[in-house]
Amino acid sequence: MIFRRILVANRGEIAVRIIRTCERLGIETILAASEADLHSMAARMADSVICIGPASSAVSYLSVDPVVAAALAAKVDAIHPGYGFLSENPRLAAACESAGIVFIGPTVRQLEAVGDKLNARAHAIAAGLPVFPGGEVRTFDEAYQLAAQIGMPVLIKSVGGGGGRGMKLVHDSSKLASALELAMSEAQATFGDPRVYLERFAAGSRHIEVQVLGDGENVIHLGTRDCSVQRRYQKLVEEAPAPSISDRLREILHRSAVAFAKHLRYRGLGTVEFLVDGDREAFYFLEMNARIQVEHPVTEAICGLDLVEEQICIAQQARLRWKQNDIAFNGHALECRINAEDWAHDFRPSPGTISRAAFPVGPGTRVDTHIQPDAAVPAFYDSLLAKLIIHGENRAAALHELRRALVSCEIGGITTNLPMYTALLANDEYSGSPVDTAFLQRFLEHRATHAA
Amino acid sequence: MKLTNEDVQEILQLLDATRFDELHLETSRFKLTLKRNSGSGRWTQEMQHLAEPNLIHGESAPPAKPASVSAANSADSSQSESLAIRAHLPGTFYRAPRPGAPPFVEVGSRVENGTVVGIIETMKLMNAVHAEASGEIAEICCENARFAEKGTVLMRLKPTLL
Repeated sequence: MIFRRILVANRGEIAVRIIRTCERLGIETILAASEADLHSMAARMADSVICIGPASSAVSYLSVDPVVAAALAAKVDAIHPGYGFLSENPRLAAACESAGIVFIGPTVRQLEAVGDKLNARAHAIAAGLPVFPGGEVRTFDEAYQLAAQIGMPVLIKSVGGGGGRGMKLVHDSSKLASALELAMSEAQATFGDPRVYLERFAAGSRHIEVQVLGDGENVIHLGTRDCSVQRRYQKLVEEAPAPSISDRLREILHRSAVAFAKHLRYRGLGTVEFLVDGDREAFYFLEMNARIQVEHPVTEAICGLDLVEEQICIAQQARLRWKQNDIAFNGHALECRINAEDWAHDFRPSPGTISRAAFPVGPGTRVDTHIQPDAAVPAFYDSLLAKLIIHGENRAAALHELRRALVSCEIGGITTNLPMYTALLANDEYSGSPVDTAFLQRFLEHRATHAA
Repeated sequence: MKLTNEDVQEILQLLDATRFDELHLETSRFKLTLKRNSGSGRWTQEMQHLAEPNLIHGESAPPAKPASVSAANSADSSQSESLAIRAHLPGTFYRAPRPGAPPFVEVGSRVENGTVVGIIETMKLMNAVHAEASGEIAEICCENARFAEKGTVLMRLKPTLL
């Protein structure tokens, strides 16, 4: 089947990103937009726009029925769900199936297999991947017993969560009961599922993930990404390939991610996430993300593929176009997430209207954005404004170029976290050696104490 | 015809070989400005897509009647002896810590300076709203789960007289 028309069921920079690839492929785009986004950049670029509901995402972007109704009304062949919102929701995939519309993503069963994080853990064990000691806990007693077994500190995670949402780090077993109670009620409120599990927490590890692409039978990998620069488990800087790990460990990570995806007979684009202790050459499975990710452009930069196009091809032809040997990696890429946040005031969100948006342009520089003069940055959605992606010969060259490119970014009308990146890239620890997931917090605290 | 990122790169290559430092291009669909920094020789771009969105099935979308409370329409209270508790950020106002939980405060609740009286959700972040004096909640001016502009009066507080 060849797609003539696709419904883009998302907003912001990823909607713009998907529309650009569709334009290049000659596929007509219909944007499913909320009332707050009817004049967004994506709405101006799409061939048509359908309003799917009010600004609040619970009744628009997170609601299956209006999205499917829009797809049927527009007579599209397929839905691209982007990331976040309904992208990993098995109910949307199932509704597409019954409506005869292709869901550009994995199967309903695969979404269920990785969306339930305990289920994903069991699949990882079955596929032979190492996981952190841990498991489900239903009562305080179970939690104390398990914590005593695996040792403090522990992380409490939501079974229905993922992506760092709803995680609680507990250092002291006397705080375990209250943290568990809070985690369960928050999990119920946020994910509609109160189940939680404990895992041992390893300080000093790096977040490294492997991009995979499968067609249900064959699976290839598109290399590693390091996303250790995080604040409150949200990624801010990503790079590909993961720097400073041994070739042996990199190869094992690639093979483990492919083994996991093959075990699921995975179809589509996905990411297998690991926590890695580079010194001990140890790694642990975290979770799999069954969608395109925010940080996908760094992978595109080093492997030369358009991952949205690959998603569309697999959904159309049900076959991988490439073998592992066809994939070659070239250079090093870095990405900064430019957010509407005031880093000088505890990352306070800064919604508003854009007055000016100037970005660097030139070879090796890419900016994925949805902001332009007069564009609204609504308070209803996340704060991502733009992604600045730099591709260089090697890490040092890419870092050098990134420092210069940051100077060329000028965003007016709202406050952004751009100054944080300038400060971060001047930091020797970041530029020199690979950093762990606690690095950014240390960096921010250090600055706060020295500024005071 | 639409302007792609590849087109911009091509224009830039042509421009790079000239002595021009600025290009302004405007059509009915887009506005593009390319500028060369005199010092570094590097280019920046400012792009604006101007095409009006092609909205289909408009009948399913009622004209956007914002379900929000603005700063102006709640500020007309004559209770001059009360203190306004305002939204410090634009966002969705919640009276309780989570759905189904009891509200932080009701009319008549005693609060201290710093007591959390509500939450404003802005860009997926929950921000606590604090009372800025001790006293008693006199009025709740914003409904739960309503969008509030920055500066909207959420509640009125009758301060304790010292």
